[in-house]
Amino acid sequence: MKVAITSTGNSPESTLDSRFGRCAYFVVYDTESQATEFIPNPNKESVEGAGPASVTLVASRGVKKVVSGEFGAKVKAIFDQLQIQLVVLNEPEKKIREIIDLLNHQN
Amino acid sequence: MFINFVTNKCSKKMSRPKRIRKMTNPPHFKGFRPIGLSEETSPVVLNYEEYEAIRLSDFELHGQVEASQIMNISRPTYARIYESARRKVAQAFVLGKAIVFEGGKVYFNSEWYSCNSCRCWFNHPAKQLEVKNCALCGSTDVEQFNDNSEQSTTDDICICPNCNDEKAHTPGIPCKKEICTKCNCQMMRKGAPHLHRMKNNNCQ
Repeated sequence: MKVAITSTGNSPESTLDSRFGRCAYFVVYDTESQATEFIPNPNKESVEGAGPASVTLVASRGVKKVVSGEFGAKVKAIFDQLQIQLVVLNEPEKKIREIIDLLNHQN
Repeated sequence: MFINFVTNKCSKKMSRPKRIRKMTNPPHFKGFRPIGLSEETSPVVLNYEEYEAIRLSDFELHGQVEASQIMNISRPTYARIYESARRKVAQAFVLGKAIVFEGGKVYFNSEWYSCNSCRCWFNHPAKQLEVKNCALCGSTDVEQFNDNSEQSTTDDICICPNCNDEKAHTPGIPCKKEICTKCNCQMMRKGAPHLHRMKNNNCQ
């Protein structure tokens, strides 16, 4: 299963980005192959519609779960329709590596 | 001549936008088909909001006031949706038409859970399955998160859009019939979506 995590940088040592639509990078982590992929967010600077555009980007990668600090109202509704699970983590200090460790723990 | 003028005016006027209805439980399948009919007739399209109205009224047995609050719409609107839903179902039963669930101005509100181990919140789109483990750390120490705080504060208060003076709402008297004692403006229901647009509009 693929999981998307919002990140402030492009290394496993970067921290979680607390915004979803305008985060710097998306980390797509595959729980089966344990592969990570860093995708720069093209909607980082957009004035409007960053959330739905980011949803399209994430959904096109076949992600089933999204971890971020916060989701907007529009984004929540779209994700609900796409049956993608949302995880809200209120710890902006958490590193991407630690979140991936948490996800691995599950299996 | 005058009637023509009025109808022209009215048709150009845009109606108020529909409020988005809240859905707590969308159906897991797409619809129904009648048994034993060979020929396909055009199906009846039952909106999600109509499905939700039937579910709330006839399955969960809520009263209309209660159900309208769950869907975040007014009681009369709920009654209209429910009536339209019943008529569509009756049409499908009597004429042997299929029912298809589709569309409607809704948003889905899935249930949220909180994990006591990693202190995260997560929702659960596949509602038919029971939640046992946290979506992030897999811990079994999860509980359902209830957000009841949003409703109670804005209910039943009339507010003046001009000076923001508040007054307890009297049941039976519409807020717009109330006049603000300070600036003689028409008052409105607190939390109404069009509140900010009405500033200085209806002052005497």
